[in-house]
Amino acid sequence: MNVVVCIKQVPDPEIPPAQFKVDEVARAVVPPPSVAPVMNGYDAHALEAALRLKERHGGTVTALSLGPPSAREVLKRALAMGADRACHVDDPVLYDADSWLAAAALARAIYRIGGESGRSGQNGQYGYDLILCGRQASDTDAGQVGLGIAAFLSLPALSPVQQVEVIENGRLRVERLTEEGYQVIDVRLPALLAVSSEIGEPRYPPLRGIMAASRAQIPMWTAADLPPLGRKDDGDWPPLARKLRLQRLYQERREAACEHVQGESPADAGRALADRLRQVGVI
Amino acid sequence: MGTVLVVAEAQPRHAGNMPALAPISYELLGAARRLGGDDVVAVLSGTEVRPLAGELAAHGAAQVYVADDPALADYVAETYLPVVEQAICHAQPSLVLLGQTANGRELAARLAFRLGCGLVTDCTRLAVNAGTLVMTKPVHGGSAIAEYVAEAPAALQMATLRPRAFEPAGRVGAKPAAIVGLEVPAAVVAQAAERTRVIETVRQVSSGPRLKDARIVVAGGRGVGSAADWHLVAELAAALGGAVGATRAVTDAGWAPPSLQVGLTGATVTPDLYVAVGISGAVQHIAGCAGARTIVAINRDPNANIFKHARFGVVADYRQVLPALARRIAELRGD
Ligand SMILES: Cc1cc2nc3c(=O)[nH]c(=O)nc-3n(C[C@H](O)[C@H](O)[C@H](O)COP(=O)(O)OP(=O)(O)OC[C@H]3O[C@@H](n4cnc5c(N)ncnc54)[C@H](O)[C@@H]3O)c2cc1C
Repeated sequence: MNVVVCIKQVPDPEIPPAQFKVDEVARAVVPPPSVAPVMNGYDAHALEAALRLKERHGGTVTALSLGPPSAREVLKRALAMGADRACHVDDPVLYDADSWLAAAALARAIYRIGGESGRSGQNGQYGYDLILCGRQASDTDAGQVGLGIAAFLSLPALSPVQQVEVIENGRLRVERLTEEGYQVIDVRLPALLAVSSEIGEPRYPPLRGIMAASRAQIPMWTAADLPPLGRKDDGDWPPLARKLRLQRLYQERREAACEHVQGESPADAGRALADRLRQVGVI
Repeated sequence: MGTVLVVAEAQPRHAGNMPALAPISYELLGAARRLGGDDVVAVLSGTEVRPLAGELAAHGAAQVYVADDPALADYVAETYLPVVEQAICHAQPSLVLLGQTANGRELAARLAFRLGCGLVTDCTRLAVNAGTLVMTKPVHGGSAIAEYVAEAPAALQMATLRPRAFEPAGRVGAKPAAIVGLEVPAAVVAQAAERTRVIETVRQVSSGPRLKDARIVVAGGRGVGSAADWHLVAELAAALGGAVGATRAVTDAGWAPPSLQVGLTGATVTPDLYVAVGISGAVQHIAGCAGARTIVAINRDPNANIFKHARFGVVADYRQVLPALARRIAELRGD
């Protein structure tokens, strides 16, 4: 099975809240100088899912990233974790893309990957069987790009996914999270799945992988290298354009007014807490 | 603002419960009416949902599209999409609102890309400013707030609304409902089944009140330490008559099912009391509980971010605090 995994580089979402700064004029986040950007967490889960499928069923894993030159770092990490190859889409016209533009560019890149792979996979024309993305990126928190790619490529799509298994050639058994549990869904390939963290911890890249990845050649495509999508059944392919404009980005300040309840011992503090909550009418 | 179309949701059906609208449906209608006035229509899909059309009308939908079909018993985008598309085609709205719920998130994105329109997900505010719709949503987990507008004037715009962020619609009195029945063509059902077929639906909810509706929630984090200690959280919840919640660290570790996760990618809860046990207070977690009236934190790290959001806190090892707290609560409640 041939899998394409879409991976975004994002500011580290785990930085302490006090270090998080926004430049309101530039409408951009100011990254703290000492903290490097990272592979989006849910994309790492998607990559992990792809690597497990490859271990069990063979095939290839292609990591694809849209972003500035620094995005090559997350592609190197993907290679170090076990991806077979990586593709980088980098063009200033695509920077700060909204969900629509990012999905359109990535769909075109996947279309090109399919044509270039030289193998038809199990599904003839596509040359890829499965596209995996994270359920959302931790910067925009939009959760749209994966589902948009599926729409552009006319594929079935599910989000958020906690489990993927191959049941037979050309079909998957997928668990999709719902509010009260999950659905078990039989999905036809090719398909797109947006993966959630329940899939399991992403592996750490082994040292050997890191060494090899540091020497890897990663092709870079600009917008002009992306083929217009020629095989959409219903109508023309959408242009590389934006639908939304970010008009303002700001932070909300919060007051810290916590009353610390104390006691002779932790148990005492627990009892005092109950009394205090009763006193103010909370319980 | 022209017509606003609300994509309503029914409560998930399972043995023993009656058909009912999900709370988000009232919130969507509330937001729609504040923007669209009387020009609000709704669409509802599912099975045995037709009786709910009147309820949507009574809360401000001038027209209700209903697709009531056994083929829609399980939500899958492939069958729900064509229904909403039919409603859009008929109502010609300028704005379509969905809930930022498990199904709404998926459906909204699929729909927006099919229709070629802009979508802002997880909005916490909608406003019309000098004729322009401004869609406000938290980004970076909640560390920043972004305001989006359409890049160019567009005939159609879409947004999903964060649960509990919008005032639900009140009753507008007994309005006669204009109900339009929608069909799901057999060809759509057949194609959907070929692409994505639901084999099974698994419910993983804990006993006691439902997390999303509970007045009291006791949530545990990684600081609880292990699956074996998780019962301490459950026991405090039981003493308070509340529901159990968890952080992603806990659900990822398998100490509790994903349906108990509170936060940006889990449930949004707005209880009167939210007790956070061994929870650091990451922005993505706070996103799901910031609307609680009173947050109480028990954490051994005095610098934990959760104390910036809590009204009451105890800095200690929760293992020593919780049993005494639960016992004292039981005493105070006289049982
Ligand atoms: C895009 C994205 C979406 C996310 N969505 C969610 C979401 O929906 N919900 C969510 O919860 N998280 C979410 N997260 C993860 C989030 O960033 C945090 O990693 C997570 O909430 C941390 O969980 P925690 O507080 O349980 O664990 P930790 O951050 O590890 O905190 C554990 C706390 O327990 C305390 N502690 C340890 N031992 C004890 C003890 N014995 N007694 C008392 N206190 C103790 C520690 O001091 C610490 O503060 C998301 C992250 C991303 C990037």
